[in-house]
Amino acid sequence: MSQAVVEPEAAPARQMDLLRFATAGSVDDGKSTLIGRLLFDTKSLFSDQLEAVEAVSAARGDEYTNLALLTDGLRAEREQGITIDVAYRYFATPRRKFIIADTPGHIQYTRNMVTGASTADLALILVDARKGLVEQSRRHAFLTSLLRVPHLVLCVNKMDLVGWDKAVYDKIADEFTSFAAKLDITDLTIIPVSALEGDNIATRSEKSPWYEGPSLLHHLEHVHIASDRNLVDVRFPVQYVIRPQSTTVTDYRGYAGQVASGVLKPGDDVLVLPSGLTSKIAAIDTADGPVDEAFPPMSVTVRLTDEIDISRGDMICRPHNAPAVAQDVEAMICWMDETAPLRVGTKYTIKHTTRTARAVVRGLQYRLDVNTLHRDEGAPELGLNEIGRVRLRTTIPLLADEYRRNRTTGGFILIDESTNRTVGAGMIIEAS
Amino acid sequence: MSQTKPYRVSHLDALEAESIFVMREVMAEFERPVLLFSGGKDSIVMLRLAEKAFAPARVPFPVMHVDTGHNFPEVLEYRDSRVAELGLNLVIASVQEAIDSGTVRELPDGTRNRIQTPVLLAAVEKYRFDALFGGARRDEEKARAKERMFSFRDEFGQWDPKNQRPELWSLYNGRHHPGESIRVFPLSNWTELDVWHYIAKEQIPLPSIYYAHEREVVERAGMFYAVNEFIVPKAGETVETRMVRYRTVGDASQTAAVLSEADTVDKVIDEVAATRITERGATRGDDKVSEAAMEDRKREGYF
Repeated sequence: MSQAVVEPEAAPARQMDLLRFATAGSVDDGKSTLIGRLLFDTKSLFSDQLEAVEAVSAARGDEYTNLALLTDGLRAEREQGITIDVAYRYFATPRRKFIIADTPGHIQYTRNMVTGASTADLALILVDARKGLVEQSRRHAFLTSLLRVPHLVLCVNKMDLVGWDKAVYDKIADEFTSFAAKLDITDLTIIPVSALEGDNIATRSEKSPWYEGPSLLHHLEHVHIASDRNLVDVRFPVQYVIRPQSTTVTDYRGYAGQVASGVLKPGDDVLVLPSGLTSKIAAIDTADGPVDEAFPPMSVTVRLTDEIDISRGDMICRPHNAPAVAQDVEAMICWMDETAPLRVGTKYTIKHTTRTARAVVRGLQYRLDVNTLHRDEGAPELGLNEIGRVRLRTTIPLLADEYRRNRTTGGFILIDESTNRTVGAGMIIEAS
Repeated sequence: MSQTKPYRVSHLDALEAESIFVMREVMAEFERPVLLFSGGKDSIVMLRLAEKAFAPARVPFPVMHVDTGHNFPEVLEYRDSRVAELGLNLVIASVQEAIDSGTVRELPDGTRNRIQTPVLLAAVEKYRFDALFGGARRDEEKARAKERMFSFRDEFGQWDPKNQRPELWSLYNGRHHPGESIRVFPLSNWTELDVWHYIAKEQIPLPSIYYAHEREVVERAGMFYAVNEFIVPKAGETVETRMVRYRTVGDASQTAAVLSEADTVDKVIDEVAATRITERGATRGDDKVSEAAMEDRKREGYF
């Protein structure tokens, strides 16, 4: 290449991993201040961003620099002083890169919390130490467990305003722990903090000698997420078939996809669904060359030893460990559409792994009150932000696992066939 | 099964896997995808990911450059050599041609960022593109932080921030009616630093202006603009020769350089890691027009 192009020299690859977390809480809980603090303490907040926020804060007559404005990016949000949508934020430490899905906590935004939690390794819930647990805290904890977010952190914020009183913290921690025990929450950490003053955020504070746990950042950096992946059940949804039309590469037929779970190796016996045909893995290719094994979340291309007919939407798994091939599906569905409710008898497009089908709602068993967990079995429909247990029948079989066992092969979305909007998020309980 | 292996995945590998997944989804579900390629570093990284996503096959879609006519020669040269190397079809949507034919009008201040939008939309209509890959990242700007990986656009190319499709797990909804399209941002979750680490890891060549070099510049509102056919010093401005590099590459009349000694990828990484100002804040005159400049442009159909 010419002078206009510079080839970089080799640099060592940085060995950081990636943690995605969702935050939930309202402005009053100090969530934006907490995020602002995390960004600030990890030097991820830029001076021009801070200046912009200071200028807007001053123009609005705020008494202090309102860090909420950092995340409230849209004009409508600033004008109305509310947060509409999930905002994504990024910061990194030498150990980890973090992606924050910052979701507004208000009741009508269950949709956003569910969206943010769907990809999260960890959920962070805030409560105001002066107010203790509120309805919203319980709702957020429930959604965390419904979406099977593997780790939960409760930050008891504004401890400075209760004089770092251990009794206040203990009461909230006890109450939350007993509530969480009723839910399917596997890992819970509770941290007393002051987001405003930075206590127990990046480093442990001297103001809470009675607290023996980690600072928030230390916990985020060290929480063990590698084992959260399912490395047991081989699930490889075929995304795209690669067949080069080329004179140099002939007879190549590779199945491209991202490993949903399990570990694939050349030589492994595989079962292809829904056809039920079996074969062996001949090779696992990447653009950087073949690999000895593939595991989540790697995007690879699998070649098999036999020429069998495989296309997008098929699933490569193991002969003795396969998902259900199912047209009848029971699932918890969170409804996300404000224009029309979910009703029995309605047909939708269903997208599950790389497979798209049509589905009809056969039954609504109950609607769940996300605050009291009460089941309303007489509910006729699910409206926006409502959650219920639903029975679906699909036109073609889904290759499905229970959501609690596999978040990738257990989750689906429903799409309205006339508006093309994404109207529902489903978590499979049973497929047959 | 043996659980002794850690099965580690670095953050860059995870980001790469996600971007490749997104590109394959688009190829599988759309009829006429196109990748926006300007010769800027983000689009260069995106093209590399496309190359990797479909190997050993060729990149299965064309690339498009929305050309304002205000270019850095090094960048155009890079664009053409990369396109030739990969055997791609390059579509050029030319703002200059649109001005010459009278379909858009030059703005009084001579800037062309805003009039790029109708030219882009005309090309989308002409070639009936239904999915457009863009290299935008969510860390760049506040409006972008709330945009989806798959961003639905109506038949006017407009973004409606209040009416976005929820995006759950890795299930992307690309369904659309004829005339509508989806903007796809495979680098949504990458930061400027991630892009540079990836350039280093993959040893991706870049146009030379991304690395420190001596250049004649004038200082305007704290930013350093290269003196060239588009930037002519005004009365009272002093032309100085400084060591600079470009953090972003956009319209040559609007993009400023930063003072820098970073002439290798490692030095750039160190510099980016230490910098206290965002790349668009440091280099883009066009984003400073109003607090919601980017949001407004996106609503009009801009990337």
